Amino acid sequence: MENVNQNAQEFFKGLWKENPIFVSVLGMCPTLAVTNTAINSLAMGLATTFVLVCSSILVSALKSVIPKQVRITSYIIIIATFVTVVDFTLAAFTPDIHKELGAFIALIVVNCLILGRQEAFASKNSVGLSILDALGMSAGFSFALLCIGIPREILGSGSLFSFSLFGDKFEPWVVMILPPGGFFMLGFLLLIFNWYAQRRKAHG
Amino acid sequence: MDNLLWIFISALLINNFTLSYFLGLCPFLGVSGRLDTAFRLGLANIFVMIITAICAYALNRWVLVYAPYLRVISFIIVIASSVQFVEMAIKKLSPELFKALGIFLPLITTNCAILGLALFSTNKGYGFVEGLVYALGAGAGVTLALVLLAGIREETRILNIPNLVKGTAMNLIIAGIISLAFMGFAGLFSSH
Repeated sequence: MENVNQNAQEFFKGLWKENPIFVSVLGMCPTLAVTNTAINSLAMGLATTFVLVCSSILVSALKSVIPKQVRITSYIIIIATFVTVVDFTLAAFTPDIHKELGAFIALIVVNCLILGRQEAFASKNSVGLSILDALGMSAGFSFALLCIGIPREILGSGSLFSFSLFGDKFEPWVVMILPPGGFFMLGFLLLIFNWYAQRRKAHG
Repeated sequence: MDNLLWIFISALLINNFTLSYFLGLCPFLGVSGRLDTAFRLGLANIFVMIITAICAYALNRWVLVYAPYLRVISFIIVIASSVQFVEMAIKKLSPELFKALGIFLPLITTNCAILGLALFSTNKGYGFVEGLVYALGAGAGVTLALVLLAGIREETRILNIPNLVKGTAMNLIIAGIISLAFMGFAGLFSSH
């Protein structure tokens, strides 16, 4: 029973308690750059999930083989390999989304979240636990991306997943889909997160 | 000449790496507490970007023509190792310069702005000189954004800010306002 509990904990900590974006503020670049629509946020979330899970499996399986001195380089090569896989897969199957995300797919390599998880978790734990940790972290990451992407699309273009919500009368807040909107939205979400954390602390 | 100037201004102001592509945000939010640190980080950034531009040009010219799927891997590895190499050279040749930039160099190498620069300048099909000017503009742009945010953050230290807003949330909102101001530059060259 304890084992099941621990497994569940490894998964759920990424969703909320150690959420990579709201709590640790890791992986900011893709977070803000591609979240101008809900679809892009979702695609980025899924691509990151794939890379994080696959490289966690490989790193954790190879942890006894990789020499300590060159571990970071090895992790980067492993991550870059899977990013190349995602890049080419997206280009083949969903060229529109690939075009929209552009260089930001390749930039998943330098997402500090992924390298951070390899160093902090996958290189020290079993394959099973690493998969759970990776799934939890990427679920938390995708959740945060959608939290930013959905309001930005609703306010900035009056639609959700490209379906128009308000009809012709709606005057879109263009600034929300432009770069400053990303900064404002994340700042605002962090404020809500801080407020909630403070309130919970105050109420015990 | 006009073309080069346009590339420089565009990377510096209009398509500023930090404020409109969100590249290099980790140091932007992390190290921008003090003005002098921010400025030195910016200089180190320009330096690494120029090395990156040279490496990216060489790779594009001689390696990636034959093996385009190696793009991401080779950019990362070659840039990281050349920066390491240059770092060792500086340590030997000019200890003062090393002292000023030293600790930042390895940090910057895994920064998204560096890989972003290599990828963008490849996508745009820039030649050697254009790539160098682009790197210079992008680096100067990152420095400008860092210095602006650090300056404002130094001023906010004497203000009475509620605990809730302190930290990343406030920095992001300040960054948003700077980014809003930079959007004004978009009209700079619209007559072209």
